[in-house]
Amino acid sequence: MEATPLSTSPTTQETCNCESVCFVGSEATLPADVALDCQVEKIYYGDFLAVRDSYVPIHKNQITGFIGPSGCGKSTVLKSINRMNDLIRGFRFEGKVHFHGMDIYDKSVDPVSVRRNIGMVFQQPNPFALSIYENVAFGLRLNRFKGDMDEQVEKALRGAAIWDEVKNKLKNNGLSLSGGQQQRLCIARAIATEPRVLLMDEPCSALDPIATRQIEELMIQLKEKYTVAIVTHNMQQAVRVADQTAFFAVDISSGGRTGYLVEMAPTKELFENPQQKLTKEYLHGDFS
Amino acid sequence: MVTNPLGLDDSSGLTQPPSAGDIFVNKSFKALTAFFTWATILLLAYIVFKIGSEALPAVSKYGLEFLTSTTWDVNEGKFGILPEIWGTLYSSLLALGLGGFFGIAIAIFLTQDFLPYRVEMVLKNIIELLAAIPSVVYGLWGIFVLIPLLRPMCNFLNTNFGGIPFFSTSLSGPGMFPAALVLSIMILPTVAAISQDAFRAIPLKTKEAAFGMGTTRWEAILRVMIPTASGGIFGALVLGFGRALGETMALAMLIGNSNKISLSLFAPGNTLASLLALNFPEAGNHETSVLMYAACILLLITLLVNIAGAFIIAKTGSGGK
Ligand SMILES: Nc1ncnc2c1ncn2[C@@H]1O[C@H](COP(=O)(O)OP(=O)(O)O)[C@@H](O)[C@H]1O
Ligand SMILES: [Mg+2]
Repeated sequence: MEATPLSTSPTTQETCNCESVCFVGSEATLPADVALDCQVEKIYYGDFLAVRDSYVPIHKNQITGFIGPSGCGKSTVLKSINRMNDLIRGFRFEGKVHFHGMDIYDKSVDPVSVRRNIGMVFQQPNPFALSIYENVAFGLRLNRFKGDMDEQVEKALRGAAIWDEVKNKLKNNGLSLSGGQQQRLCIARAIATEPRVLLMDEPCSALDPIATRQIEELMIQLKEKYTVAIVTHNMQQAVRVADQTAFFAVDISSGGRTGYLVEMAPTKELFENPQQKLTKEYLHGDFS
Repeated sequence: MVTNPLGLDDSSGLTQPPSAGDIFVNKSFKALTAFFTWATILLLAYIVFKIGSEALPAVSKYGLEFLTSTTWDVNEGKFGILPEIWGTLYSSLLALGLGGFFGIAIAIFLTQDFLPYRVEMVLKNIIELLAAIPSVVYGLWGIFVLIPLLRPMCNFLNTNFGGIPFFSTSLSGPGMFPAALVLSIMILPTVAAISQDAFRAIPLKTKEAAFGMGTTRWEAILRVMIPTASGGIFGALVLGFGRALGETMALAMLIGNSNKISLSLFAPGNTLASLLALNFPEAGNHETSVLMYAACILLLITLLVNIAGAFIIAKTGSGGK
């Protein structure tokens, strides 16, 4: 019953026969080219309403870019997709995230197994204080991978376009690499278990322009196999890599600072012909 | 009025060069700190030199045989400290095993979000208070509370599992096990405090990375947090071990002071520190030299362990960087 042999979690099977029992039918409503359908009604941090009413379908084998001024909730929405925010005290999500025929916020779903199937790359490169090899093998060991470990590690490192740089020093500590290399190592770590969806929260913001270009090229390669959602504060980056772009803004009308999705469209369409006045102004650089 | 050396106009009166008084205080402060630093180093050197020179007659007389022989007989003039070296290392290793295990467990419990931050801090301080209890109080507690408490259990183990070398004697009173147990409580604060620092030094992004990979909380601790903090934890263990090696009073009260070598946990033994403490008061000139030799050996062992610990902590930056 496991969907991918690489990503299994004993708890999923114990708590719920998710794919077959709980969510029959919900996939029928999902368009075929949508890998993951994020329907935010409200996201709270304690009493603070951080994001409201944002419907963000993430398309299969495409890159979806999240843009918008800082504080508008891009990271909040992205991290809600793999339930990373569950770690934050006071976090509350109202809405649904349809993924592979289930709602990942359903009570019967174990957030740990969600995170094993939806990988994440963070703003700051964060390799473990382990060898390069062990960093990549980490998820494989976690999922009790039985196949050829060396081969899978090499495949992931090649997939992250860093194999040639590290193949002779796999035993070195992951932290000994440069910032750009560390970030690619983190990407290798995330794709080693071949998750269906890869989330990236401003993965280039801590990197220099050359490393940024390398990661951008890598993302374009990755979408052949994976579905990618990326937060970026850099509109040019969205133009360069994203197939779909979601523009978020902050609504201060009701006294709070609540983020919401203003509009979402294929990138070219959004940039050339934005439907909303707010989008137009933002793309013009009237505010940021 | 001090003239402004830069020749700047000071009409606003907002900037002033340091006054002669400021400069004097600054210079004397520097001199004073330098003096105390050097005084400490000289004192240490003097102590080592003095002990070494007092030990010299015994060193030349007994040589290395002193380390390998097992009799200590003042009347016959035979001296050997192998049982004491054994007892020192055995009790300290036992204490390290117990105290290390619990110290690390406590460090994990107090740093990995099991408790609200305030409760963590309160418990951390309470555990550090263990270090403030005087050694002799631990000794008394051991004699009057711990040994009577342990004796039935120890003797049960001896009667039923006496075939196992560790249980091969009964506990008649003081012995290795109660001594090591008390010792482990005494090193616990050291191990717990330094390990906690190592865990707290792990950046949040490392924890995020672990959970982002889909670890459960235990997997995150076992596979990420402990390896990341391992350098600091190892340093904590070495420093705890160093503390155990030199501990005197509680051991002198609890270990039984008999110079025998035994694997049995319940047999009495002796350590270098308690040998010194108990024999100095009545030592004649010659025996004093012998004891100084033993002191040199103890000093050497603790020095090596402490240097190793400090080196490891420095090298690994006490946890993740
Ligand atoms: N852990 C948190 N606790 C409380 N408020 C938070 C937390 N993280 C983010 N916020 C708030 O939620 C809003 C959206 O933040 P975020 O998603 O980080 O925005 P963005 O990534 O678009 O810059 C901001 O107002 C921010 O202050
Ligand atoms: Mg952000």
